[in-house]
Amino acid sequence: MDSIFNLSFEWIQYDFMRNALTAIILVSPLFALLGCMVINNQMTFFSEALGHAALTGIAIGAVAGLADPTWPMIIFATFLTGIITLLRKYSAASTDTIVGLVMAFSVALGIVILSKYGGINKYSKFLVGDILTITTGETIRLAITLGVVLLLWILYFNKLFLVSLNRSLAQSRGINVWLVEFIFSLTVALVVTVSIQWIGLLVINSMLILPAAAARNIARNISSYTLIAVGISLVSGISGLISSYYCGTATGATIVLISMGFFILSLIWRIRKGR
Amino acid sequence: MNMPSENSSPGVIHPPCGGCCTRLDGFGVSIGGSTILKDINLHVHCGELTAIIGPNGAGKTTLLRAMIGEIPHRGELHFVHSDGSSFGKPRIGYVPQKLDIDKTAPVSVLDLFFSLSSRYPLWFGHIYGAKKNALKMLKMVEAEEYASMKISQLSCGQFQRVMLAMALSPIPDLLLLDEPIAGVDKAGIEVFYRIASRIRREYDLSIFLISHDIAEVAKFADRMILLNRTILCDGAPEKVMASPELKQIFGFDYSPPAKTPEKELRLIGRHDCPTCGNCSGKKAEDSKQMTEDWGGKF
Repeated sequence: MDSIFNLSFEWIQYDFMRNALTAIILVSPLFALLGCMVINNQMTFFSEALGHAALTGIAIGAVAGLADPTWPMIIFATFLTGIITLLRKYSAASTDTIVGLVMAFSVALGIVILSKYGGINKYSKFLVGDILTITTGETIRLAITLGVVLLLWILYFNKLFLVSLNRSLAQSRGINVWLVEFIFSLTVALVVTVSIQWIGLLVINSMLILPAAAARNIARNISSYTLIAVGISLVSGISGLISSYYCGTATGATIVLISMGFFILSLIWRIRKGR
Repeated sequence: MNMPSENSSPGVIHPPCGGCCTRLDGFGVSIGGSTILKDINLHVHCGELTAIIGPNGAGKTTLLRAMIGEIPHRGELHFVHSDGSSFGKPRIGYVPQKLDIDKTAPVSVLDLFFSLSSRYPLWFGHIYGAKKNALKMLKMVEAEEYASMKISQLSCGQFQRVMLAMALSPIPDLLLLDEPIAGVDKAGIEVFYRIASRIRREYDLSIFLISHDIAEVAKFADRMILLNRTILCDGAPEKVMASPELKQIFGFDYSPPAKTPEKELRLIGRHDCPTCGNCSGKKAEDSKQMTEDWGGKF
């Protein structure tokens, strides 16, 4: 019993694992909260595009000679969010066309810059992500991000929700729909950007979407939807971190696989309930 | 402030008076260079149910969407109180044509309700007191038993009644219903019109209702407006239905609507109006009650 206990908690003695665990505990609820709203807004493709746009931010940062690409990523993501919002408002194309278009542009731009100024290979850590390299300072940054989102979710959740449900209805209640959508998109952009190097560009969107998608199969109201998503996100985040430690796999991807398991279970539950 | 009497439902913004009126002056909408609506001049009083009819593409929905400010428009929308003072922008309740809601969304009727009427974050759950008020409003539209159901489980007619309850909390100055009964079965239509008609009287508000079912809506409307880019005919349903303009657009005559008890109450809508002078009549009797604003309690 003692040895099993030692084995299962062996990882906690390492600083990097403690930092990673803190980061996961911060990131999981953050992603779950955002993910619920992303699905409500049918914006999964948008958040995917933002993940890819981060690559371009990194490239721009590299050209500018910055060691930490966070600011260029945030600025570029903000820029793209603005472009998408404007195009949605003033162009006749559908949202998915606009997002696809903007994503293609930003990825191409990123690849062109990186291939010109310095090997794409160096930036593979952003593709896969490595949460084990997170420092205490960076976890504080995540904590602040979570704090901002929580504040937004406490003050303006109902407005965000109403806009996601039906824009005309929101408008009739005097809500500035475009502003609310822009602020939400910006929040997604911020969170994706801040966490991309820990989670990895390739799987970040799945981490955002999966817990919420699973919760959607089970929940009967908004409160249970949010809480189930946060629960699934936390459980798969923590168990994903621990199993990635023992299996020597990439943490982000491991977490996504576990969330996928939860999604399948929730789907089976839904089918058996006949809903 | 007087407390609401036992049988009055919670809250109106202003005491019922019969003298408030809504005016559209020179209202018009152009989108991308083409004129959708022009020269709309309208003057309605509270307590009136105005049916807007017209062919497809006449601009009926556009008119309502411009009134709520969703699309830019020319001209002015005024809401004038019975003492002549302007309220500024009226509080508008709106039930859209067809609410395009993701049917997989885990949203209960109460969630939907509180997303409009409360700032308390939905993911924290619901406040008991607010829930009681919501149930009261749902009861008014005969929908209290749906409160905990997911909105995807409701039928069209049930859903529209929930929407109506939401548009009524808090009680607006002006209620806009855009084909609220499209896709609703016959029994559901009757229930909806009956409720809308009763609410208009109880709360003394102006209702604009778009409908394709001219014969049915005529039974409940005080006034009918035939719209096709502009107002072609305006007046009592009998008058509009007998008009040559209507015959020209729809190609056939409508028989005058049968007299129903609703008709007898119609005159309540015609009161003293300081801003127009054309209309005459008595003020509504029960103007002293129902001044509580429950919107502030959230």
